[in-house]
Amino acid sequence: MTATQPARPLSPDISVKPLRTLPSRRKPFFVELWQTAVGKKWIMAITGVMLMGFVFAHAVGNLKMYLGPADFDHYSEFLREILVPILPRTIFLWLLRIGLIAAFVFHIWAAASLTAMNRKANAPYVSRRDYVAANFAARTMRWTGIIILLFLIWHLADLTWGLKPIAPSDWTRGEAFNNVTESLERVGVAIFYVIANIALGIHLFHGSWSLFQSLGLNNPRFNKARRYFATGFAVLVAAMNISFPIMIQAGVVAG
Amino acid sequence: MDLHLKIWRQNGPDSPGRFEDYDAVGIKDDMSFLEMLDAVNEGLIEAGREPIVFDSDCREGICGTCGVMINGQAHGPQKGTATCQLHMRKFHDGEHITIEPFRAKSFPILRDLMVDRSPLDAIIEAGGFISANTGSAPDANIIPVPKTAADAAMDAAACIGCGACVAACPNSAGQLFTSAKIAHLNLLPQGQAERWSRTENMVETMEEFFGSCTNYGECQEACPKEISIDFIAYMNRDYIKAKTKNRKLIGQRK
Repeated sequence: MTATQPARPLSPDISVKPLRTLPSRRKPFFVELWQTAVGKKWIMAITGVMLMGFVFAHAVGNLKMYLGPADFDHYSEFLREILVPILPRTIFLWLLRIGLIAAFVFHIWAAASLTAMNRKANAPYVSRRDYVAANFAARTMRWTGIIILLFLIWHLADLTWGLKPIAPSDWTRGEAFNNVTESLERVGVAIFYVIANIALGIHLFHGSWSLFQSLGLNNPRFNKARRYFATGFAVLVAAMNISFPIMIQAGVVAG
Repeated sequence: MDLHLKIWRQNGPDSPGRFEDYDAVGIKDDMSFLEMLDAVNEGLIEAGREPIVFDSDCREGICGTCGVMINGQAHGPQKGTATCQLHMRKFHDGEHITIEPFRAKSFPILRDLMVDRSPLDAIIEAGGFISANTGSAPDANIIPVPKTAADAAMDAAACIGCGACVAACPNSAGQLFTSAKIAHLNLLPQGQAERWSRTENMVETMEEFFGSCTNYGECQEACPKEISIDFIAYMNRDYIKAKTKNRKLIGQRK
């Protein structure tokens, strides 16, 4: 046997049974990636970058709230007219949305299946563990992720679909500025938005550093910058998003 | 000094374990952690009780046989030190010390503090040997290796395979071990001909036994040889490269 062939069956010294067996037959590229944890983490990192691009653009776009109702509504209308007349109206927006939905699905699916894999591989300690490096953000990724997902569903029902009673009572399609101010003038909703965006910031603090490791982007020339980037990105996105409910509550932005 | 120990006792792989309390009396500062356990065992044997089973061999930090969780940390509180080279001067008189075996589903407990780490051998076996007979052993230094490459490979080759990385990982992932073994060969000219097939085989064998990496960084803190998680990034990249290479062209088909 040469080393180019997988060394199976294992020698008799190896008495521990594998937790799972990977199929040895060749499969299409993405299917093979999906079957392994390293490949799944790679897909998680790629979809994570897509979602980071979205949250950043979304937060920057919403800053137009501070320019007034006309600018904000003009911007929300513009999103439907990107690449017109190359493409008909709203087509490009829908392409972006489909990409986003796919990124969300693969990101969450990979997270769920990796979590299941880790649960299967892990034998918990009876005495208390003393963690040295694992920070709060890294250890709560699953929980902050769930908070973000629940917030996302609420946020869509509130401002995109106008589902009552989640949406404000006079929600009207197309009146983006009015809808968002009406919604965030409710104290409970504003608090929920602040909490969810703190969770988003914590998720990004680990995720936007971790993605470099998962993609194998590791170089002493920029390794320090990865931490600065992740911290800066998380703080910037969270600060922009948290400013909206606070400023609306403070009456700085009013419908 | 006197210590209060809480040690995991388990009769066999399938029997339930429990913590038992022991007092270690008259322990000297210059004893290693394992010598302290030896002293406790002598007392147990004299009293006609069953001694505590733990693994050890070289007792100079190079074989990777020893290793226990000490107060919730793999190989104890001192960074870059295996259990055998951890000295009792790191503890103070009257301290309570909890000792638990390394835990992972693929590290079944054989007895007390001794675990079966043979899945690590399975990973080595999946990619780490060549059985092709191609003449006598080559002369030393016949293949020039740049000093920097040799140094980087040596950093990875410092891995003693103790399994502390798996034990410290909240996911029981074997990434640090596997990446060190992969980088050790992939960084050298001799390792190039089988680089991509080896990476693929070793990663996929690892995943049959262990969890996935969530970049906590606990492993590099626990590693007695201070191997960096930079090697995990290197392995991730090589794995994706292995998947995208024209393996037929370069003669490395799985």
